[in-house]
Amino acid sequence: MGRKILLDKINIPGIKTYEVYRQNGGYASVEKALKQMTPDEVTEEVKTSGIRGRGGAGFPVGMKWSFIDKKSGNPRHLVCNADESEPGTFKDRYLMEYIPHLLIEGMITSSYALGANLSYIYIRGEYMWVYKILERAIAEAKAAGWLGKNILGSGYDLDLYVQVGGGAYICGEETALIESLEGKRGNPRIKPPFPAVKGLWQNPTVVNNVESISAVPWIVMNTGAEYAKIGIERSTGTKLISASGHIKNPGVYEIELGVSVEEFINSDEYCGGMIDDRPLKALVPGGSSVPILPAHLIYKTAAGTDRLMTYESLSDGGFATGSMLGSGGFIVYNDTTCIVRNTWNFSRFYHHESCGQCTPCREGTGWLEKILWRIENGQGREEDIELLWSIQSKIEGNTICPLGDAASWPVAAAIRHFKEEFEYHIRFPEKIKNRDHFVAEPFDKVRHLVAKQTV
Amino acid sequence: MGEISNIKQNINISEALMARINELISHYPEDKRKSALLPVLHEVQDAHDNWLSIELQDKVAEILHIKPVEVYEVVSFYTMFNRRPIGKYMFEFCQTSCCVTRGVENLMDYACEKLGVGIGETTADGMFEIRGVECLGACGYAPMLQLGDFYHENLSKEKFDQLVEDCKAGKITLHDK
Amino acid sequence: MKVTIDGQSIEVEPGTTILQAARMIGGELVPPAMCYYSKLKGSGGKCRCCLVEVSKGSDADPRPMPKLVASCVTGCMDGMEVNSKSSERVEEARKSVTEFLLINHPLDCPVCDQAGECDLQNLSFEHGKSKTRFIEEKRTFEPEDIGPYIQLHMNRCILCQRCVQVADQLTDNRVHGVMDRGDHANISTCISKAIDNEFSGNMIDVCPVGALTDKTFRFKSRVWFNKPYNAHRDCDKCCGKTTVWMFGNEIQRVTGRKDEYHEVEEFICNTCRFDKKDVNDWVIEGPRKFEKDSVINQNNYTRKIEKVVIETEEHILEGREQDRKKISMPDFPLDSNPKRV
Repeated sequence: MGRKILLDKINIPGIKTYEVYRQNGGYASVEKALKQMTPDEVTEEVKTSGIRGRGGAGFPVGMKWSFIDKKSGNPRHLVCNADESEPGTFKDRYLMEYIPHLLIEGMITSSYALGANLSYIYIRGEYMWVYKILERAIAEAKAAGWLGKNILGSGYDLDLYVQVGGGAYICGEETALIESLEGKRGNPRIKPPFPAVKGLWQNPTVVNNVESISAVPWIVMNTGAEYAKIGIERSTGTKLISASGHIKNPGVYEIELGVSVEEFINSDEYCGGMIDDRPLKALVPGGSSVPILPAHLIYKTAAGTDRLMTYESLSDGGFATGSMLGSGGFIVYNDTTCIVRNTWNFSRFYHHESCGQCTPCREGTGWLEKILWRIENGQGREEDIELLWSIQSKIEGNTICPLGDAASWPVAAAIRHFKEEFEYHIRFPEKIKNRDHFVAEPFDKVRHLVAKQTV
Repeated sequence: MGEISNIKQNINISEALMARINELISHYPEDKRKSALLPVLHEVQDAHDNWLSIELQDKVAEILHIKPVEVYEVVSFYTMFNRRPIGKYMFEFCQTSCCVTRGVENLMDYACEKLGVGIGETTADGMFEIRGVECLGACGYAPMLQLGDFYHENLSKEKFDQLVEDCKAGKITLHDK
Repeated sequence: MKVTIDGQSIEVEPGTTILQAARMIGGELVPPAMCYYSKLKGSGGKCRCCLVEVSKGSDADPRPMPKLVASCVTGCMDGMEVNSKSSERVEEARKSVTEFLLINHPLDCPVCDQAGECDLQNLSFEHGKSKTRFIEEKRTFEPEDIGPYIQLHMNRCILCQRCVQVADQLTDNRVHGVMDRGDHANISTCISKAIDNEFSGNMIDVCPVGALTDKTFRFKSRVWFNKPYNAHRDCDKCCGKTTVWMFGNEIQRVTGRKDEYHEVEEFICNTCRFDKKDVNDWVIEGPRKFEKDSVINQNNYTRKIEKVVIETEEHILEGREQDRKKISMPDFPLDSNPKRV
C-alpha cells in the first residue's frame, strides 16, 4: 500500500464535518504555524518539500510563494484554483466534497505564510453542491475561531470566502481566474505582470491548486524534508490521480510518485486492469491536453526503461515518445476507441472553451475541429493530415495563454502516433460511417488496408 | 449579436434573495462590488426559472452599480447562464472523451428518443430539455449528467428512466439552498 | 537603456515597449500592429501580428526568450536584442496570424468602405497568400443596427477591442462590448442599442478593418477617389483638427488625422465628424500626405483615372454561393457585375 497524505482520513465516518475533522487532528497545522512558526518558516518548509503545483503545470509551489511581492505594502491574496475542468480530471472535487476542512486548513496555513488577510477559493460553477459544502465548512471554521480577527490570539487576521464560476474552462488559467473573480469575462491577462506582483484587484496574489494547498497541512506538521523523502527525484510527495476510461475501477487514487504505470493500470489497488480485458490501445496520462501515448510507449519509455508515474518519467522522450503528468487526469483507452473521433472530441472541447481573445486560438481551434469532424465523418482529404499538422504548429506558442498549446498538443500527438488511423478514415469513408466503427472491427484488424495502399 | 429572448420575465427580487445578494457582496472589499457578479447571477437565475432576461440582467447591473453591458458581456461568456427560457428539468449530458468511452452518445440518443426532442430542444410541455455539454469533472463516474445543482452519475438507461419518473413526480430538487 | 532590433540599436527610456522602440527606429523592422493603439490604455497583445523573437533577454540575463513575444506589450530591457523582419520564425508567425485572421473574413473588399485604408489589406499584402487552405463554411454573424452614424459589419471584425477601449476611455457610458466567446465572440450592444455619444465616432477611426464604418459616407466613394485635406475649425468639444475627404467641392467624409501607423493624432467629436460637411465649416490647410505606397496616393490629384472593372469577388470565394449569399451585405446585388465566362 502506498503512503496516504491527503486521503489518509478519507474513510473516517463523518470526516466531512468540523467536529470529526478536528477530533482527528484537523487544524493542528494552523496551531503550529501561527504559534510556533514565522510566515517565512512555513514558506521554507514548503520549498524544502519540493512539492510541485498539482494543477498541471508542475511549477514548484514554494518558489511561487517566494515570488509574491511583499515590498509594495499592498494587500496580498491567496486564491485557490478549484476550477477543475481539464477533461479527465476530477480529483479536487473529491477532496473538497469528502474532506472540505482539509482545504480550508491548508488555505489558512498558506495564507499565513503569504501574509494574506483576504483569500478566496474559486470553484467551477458546475460544482454547485461542492460550493455549498465549502460555504458551510467555512462557516463552521469561522464559528470555531479559525477565521476572522486575531486567530488563536496570534494577531493574524484572515477572511476566507468561496466564489463560484459560471462555466468556462479557461478560468482554470490563473489570470483568467482572477478576471472572473473580479466579475469579468474570463479572458487571460497579458503577462507580465504576473499575479505575484499584480493579481487580484492589482494586488500581489498567489494562485494554487486545491491539491497543492491541501498538502500544506501535512508538510507543516511533518516537515518539508519528510515530504521530500516520498517519491523520486524532483517528483516528491504523493499525487492524486483521476483514473477514467476503459478500466475496471475508475476513481481517484493517491499514489506515491514513482509507482509504475503498468502497476497503476493493472493492480487491484488502483485501476484493476482493463474493462472486459480488452487490449490497451492508448493512454492520456495527465488530462486531455497532454500528448496521447500509443500502447508500445505506455509501460516502457522509448529507451526501454519502465515508465513511472513521475513528472520526469512520463515526459521521458519529450513529445516525440513521451507525454506529461499534467493534472493527473489519467484516461485509458482500449481497442474500441477511434483515435480520430477522440481527437475530434478534444478539439471540439478546446474550440468550445477558447475565450476568443487572441487570433491563433480563436480562429485555429475552430478550424482544427472542423477538419477533424470532416475526417471522422468520411469527408477527409489526403492533404488534411498535413493541414492539421500545420495549423496546430501555428497555434502552439503563439497565443496569450496555454490554451492554444493545450489545443495543439493532442492533435499533434494523435497524428504522430496514429497517422494510419487518419489515413484509414480518409481512404475508407464507407467503413467509418457508424460512429462505433472500431467496436465491431478494431483498427488492428483493418490496419493492413492502409498499409497496402500507396499514395 | 448575443442571444436574447423577447419573452417577458416576471422579476421578483424577494427579501430573502436580496439578503443573500448583500451577503455575497459583503465577501469583497466595498469598492469591488462587481466581483460579486457571478455568484449573484447564479442566485438571481435560480430564483427566476433558471434564465436571465435582459431586464433581469439590467436589474443585476443596478444592484451591483455597474453598466448593463458589463453584465451582458459576462452572461454571454459563461455557459451556465441561460439567456432564454429553458425546460424545467434540463439534462446536461457530459459528452467529452471520458464519458464517450462509457457510452454517453448512445445514452443521449436514448434520452432524445424517449423525450421526443433533439439536443438543445425543450419538450412541448416545457418540462424537459436535453443538452450536450463539455467535461463536468466526473470522468470516473461516466456516463453522467447534471440536473440543476447536482450530478447524476454512473448512468444507465434504467437510471435515466427512473430520473425522468422522479422529475415527473416532483421528487427532484434542482437547487441546494 | 539600449535595445537592438534587427541589428539597429537605440537608446530608450525604461518602460518603453519593443514596438515603441521599433517605431522610434522606423522602417521595415517595425512590426505590424492590428490591436495595439498607443492612445488607448490596455490595448495590444491580442492580435499576435507583432510577434518578435528576443534572441537576448538583456545584458543582465542574456538568455533568449523561448517563445515569440508580442512586441506591443513586452518591455525593453537594457542590452536586449530583438529579431523582427530579420527572423524567419517571426515571418512565419506573421504569415500564420494573417492566415488565421483571413479564414473567416468575408474578403468583401470590393464592397467594403474601408478598402484602401484597411490594415488587414496591408497585412495580407505583406504576409498573406493568394490561395486559401480553408474549405470550411465561414463563420457569420447576424447584422445589428447600432444607430444612425456607425455601420457595424461584425463579419469583418478581428476583435482588436479598440472600439471598446474608445467607449471606455472617451465616453462616460459604454453600451457596447464583446459578447459571447471563442470564435463566436462579437462586438455588440446585445440589444441593438444606438451608440450615441459625442465621441463615439472615434470607434470608426480606430477600427483597423471595415467592421465599423461611417454611415454618412457609406458607398459614397472609394477612399482613393477622394482628395484628403487637413482642415480645422473652432470646436468647443474637441481639437477641431481633422482630415476632410473631398470629391470635387463636396466634403464626403471627415476623420481624425492619422499618422503613418494609422493612429489618429487627436480624437475628434461627432459634431465635427458627422455634422460639418460644408466646405464653409472648415479652414482648409492643404493636402494631407500619405506614405508613399498607400493606395490613396494612387489618386495623386492630377493623374487621369482609368476605368476599373472589378471581377475579383467571384474569384475570392471560388464561386461558393453559400458564402456569397451570407456574408456582409445581403442586399448588395450579387449579379450586378457581368458574369465571367
